[in-house]
Amino acid sequence: MQTEKEAASLIEQALMTTRLDAVVKWARKNSLWPMPLGTACCAIEMMAAAGPRYDIARFGSERLSFSPRQADMMIVAGTVTKKMAPALRMIYDQMPDPKWVIAMGACASSGGMFHTYATVQGVDQIVPVDVYISGCPPRPEALLYGLMLIQEKVRTGKVRGPFTVDGE
Amino acid sequence: MIVVNREVPFQHRFYFTSVLGGMWITFKHLLGRKFTLRYPEARFKPPQGYRGIPALVKDQNGREKCVACFLCEFICPPRAITIRAGELPGNPIEKYPESFEINMLRCIYCGYCEEVCPEEAIFLQQAYEFAGGSRREMIFGKDKLYKLGGVRQDPILKWAHK
Repeated sequence: MQTEKEAASLIEQALMTTRLDAVVKWARKNSLWPMPLGTACCAIEMMAAAGPRYDIARFGSERLSFSPRQADMMIVAGTVTKKMAPALRMIYDQMPDPKWVIAMGACASSGGMFHTYATVQGVDQIVPVDVYISGCPPRPEALLYGLMLIQEKVRTGKVRGPFTVDGE
Repeated sequence: MIVVNREVPFQHRFYFTSVLGGMWITFKHLLGRKFTLRYPEARFKPPQGYRGIPALVKDQNGREKCVACFLCEFICPPRAITIRAGELPGNPIEKYPESFEINMLRCIYCGYCEEVCPEEAIFLQQAYEFAGGSRREMIFGKDKLYKLGGVRQDPILKWAHK
């Protein structure tokens, strides 16, 4: 006949406890559905990241959601012109909370080499951006790295500093 | 228009034979070559001459090679480079970059800076993945650029003999 104390220790061995908050964040982090807003050549690299070689599905983001209503994260891949800007803002507003934004590549991040009156000098003038990715266009690895930074932001609320060669 | 109603073969009247056919193709791919590069652990190794991130280099004596001539700032198509020159009085070099900033969010990795540099002070590196949480931290100053560039052997060392 087991005592009450023994039974309690058995339960402790069999169960794992956590905070609901941590579970929700874990679930969110591993199923970030991207809204692919591809407007230029960066979109080609984004497609390569979704292909078999780089396989964004390993991070739980294989379902590129072409409807903003089912997306968690917007990947702005490409040049955003001032004519495109209201559409981009509308798509962002249609996404349900919580939502994150990746500015992929030079054009989306800062306007890149298009120092012109027609180009938005960085999408952070329209929507709040969480992660900026350098490159023109960035390699699919760089997009995956940006996605990993977003996952870290989902988990901890912060983004680590820029990446360097030795992983600092 | 003539519509020909062909006889549908018996096995195609059910979904599951087609599904099985599809599953068979999936199964064959399961046994074949693996294409996926497991990115954070496995890395793509760029070939020689790959145009990655631009960074400043020092020679083997530890001298910074940049003399702040501003050619890279002029040539840079997206105007990513900002240089502020300082003076070295009594030194034959006369100028050095007081601050040298490359906005990595503007940079398009074109390599014009490396091509135009008369002192061979800036080189495109092999590193390719850079991302950050703010625009400010993606503007790389001298400290980061020298750390990325490292030391490059210089067989001539022209300033050492003047």
